[in-house]
Amino acid sequence: MRILVVGGGTGGTIVANNLARRLAPEIRARKARITLLSASDQHMYQPGLLYVAFGQMMPDELYRDEASLLETGIKFHVDPVEKFELDQNRVRTKSGEVYDYDILVIATGSRTMSREVPGLQEGAETFYTEKGAVKMFKSLRNFQGGKVAIVVGVPHKCPIAPVEVTFALHDYFKMRGIRDKVEIKYHYPINRIHSIENVAIWAKPEFERMGIKYETLFNVDEVDVENKVVKSMEGSEYKFDMLVSIPEHHGMEVIEKNKLGQNGWIPTDRYQLTMDGHDNVYVVGDTTNLPVSKTGSAAHFEAEVIAENIASIVKIGTPVTEYDGKVYCFIEAGRDKATYAMFDYLNPPNLRAANKPMHWFKMSYNKMYWTTVRGLL
Amino acid sequence: MSETKIIDACNTYCPGPLMELITYMKQADVGDTLELLSTDSGTANDVPEWVNKIGHEMGSSEKVGDIWHIKVRKAK
Ligand SMILES: Cc1cc2nc3c(=O)[nH]c(=O)nc-3n(C[C@H](O)[C@H](O)[C@H](O)COP(=O)(O)OP(=O)(O)OC[C@H]3O[C@@H](n4cnc5c(N)ncnc54)[C@H](O)[C@@H]3O)c2cc1C
Repeated sequence: MRILVVGGGTGGTIVANNLARRLAPEIRARKARITLLSASDQHMYQPGLLYVAFGQMMPDELYRDEASLLETGIKFHVDPVEKFELDQNRVRTKSGEVYDYDILVIATGSRTMSREVPGLQEGAETFYTEKGAVKMFKSLRNFQGGKVAIVVGVPHKCPIAPVEVTFALHDYFKMRGIRDKVEIKYHYPINRIHSIENVAIWAKPEFERMGIKYETLFNVDEVDVENKVVKSMEGSEYKFDMLVSIPEHHGMEVIEKNKLGQNGWIPTDRYQLTMDGHDNVYVVGDTTNLPVSKTGSAAHFEAEVIAENIASIVKIGTPVTEYDGKVYCFIEAGRDKATYAMFDYLNPPNLRAANKPMHWFKMSYNKMYWTTVRGLL
Repeated sequence: MSETKIIDACNTYCPGPLMELITYMKQADVGDTLELLSTDSGTANDVPEWVNKIGHEMGSSEKVGDIWHIKVRKAK
């Protein structure tokens, strides 16, 4: 059985490692082969970007060599896929190689699309890329006071990030002793301050206590860079001194170009995690079109289901389990407090008050991530 | 030609039905109708509020069993 994993980020790496351990006897007996193709030899811990934007982590702390994270049985090549030929069960890569497979796992992630909104790329800070996060920190350091606006594109990965960055801004300006010179205004696309109702119920009094203003039903339409005004599709506008954007995301261009899914989101069965119409193609992480948060956490839980099912297909010819929509998100509520949201398709999260131990748990997780992707945790 | 696309946002807490509708509305062409399926009781109020504010057109909105079926036409 030839298993091909495309994408060496959170989802792809966990699938490959988990499978390599489950299929160790079959790999030794040459009855199974796992190949991982990625676009980079580096693996980035993306949640660390939020800390880079506030000077709490350095960019080099976010990277590991992908090869160092992989089980020995996995054949790893840095050679991005350019063509998916699903009817022939093969892909073609940038180097011209052809990889045939029996089972394919697509884990190519998502990308920011700031350019979809006129003026956003030039007019806003964003911590969703390494370059952006470093630039945002430098701007924050130089900021002496004024109006800071947070705007949120749809859809976006890490749905908790909008509230986290807002709390972090409040604490950062407080730490610098200039909070009274800063107006922070949070703008959110739907009619409450977070998509998860219990997060909205928890965050609203926190915002009010911290003097953070907010406006809902605000979908960014345009940024007037010269006059520093952000306008919404709903017809309102806000004049800012600094604009922080959580940009809209799409799946990768290669997914769109190969017509696997509009805007790069692949139609995926929400329980089996197979691509619609292709039972031997699994989809994991951000690139699914599932109504599930685009998070490393969702990618992790999905990856475990996929690995268990592929291993059981190899061993007994049938999948054995289903994804239940599970997601676990830490929520940093400033520089020294955090809480978390755990939910699945059927059960909403119950939020506890933010506390210090949870923050230190998240700080430890920032290091433990590397054991998680190895599949050891 | 315009078409009706079904968006299954049943049993989802995040991103949730209205966020899903906004995502697919951006991908749709003017004149397309989207039918949002939702098990969240708030959706029946949340969707018209956004649709009216932004200037799209509400179609039918009905509950069949436990599921809300809400039609919205992209007007601009
Ligand atoms: C600022 C920020 C904060 C975040 N905070 C959190 C958080 O607190 N908690 C949380 O759970 N998640 C968080 N996330 C989200 C999380 O990082 C992503 O959801 C997760 O990495 C998705 O995993 P993935 O495997 O789908 O994609 P990725 O991890 O992005 O991996 C995609 C991989 O595909 C490869 N690839 C791309 N194109 C090709 C190709 N053509 N051929 C082969 N390979 C290809 C890439 O090189 C990459 O290795 C955050 C993200 C950001 C940016």
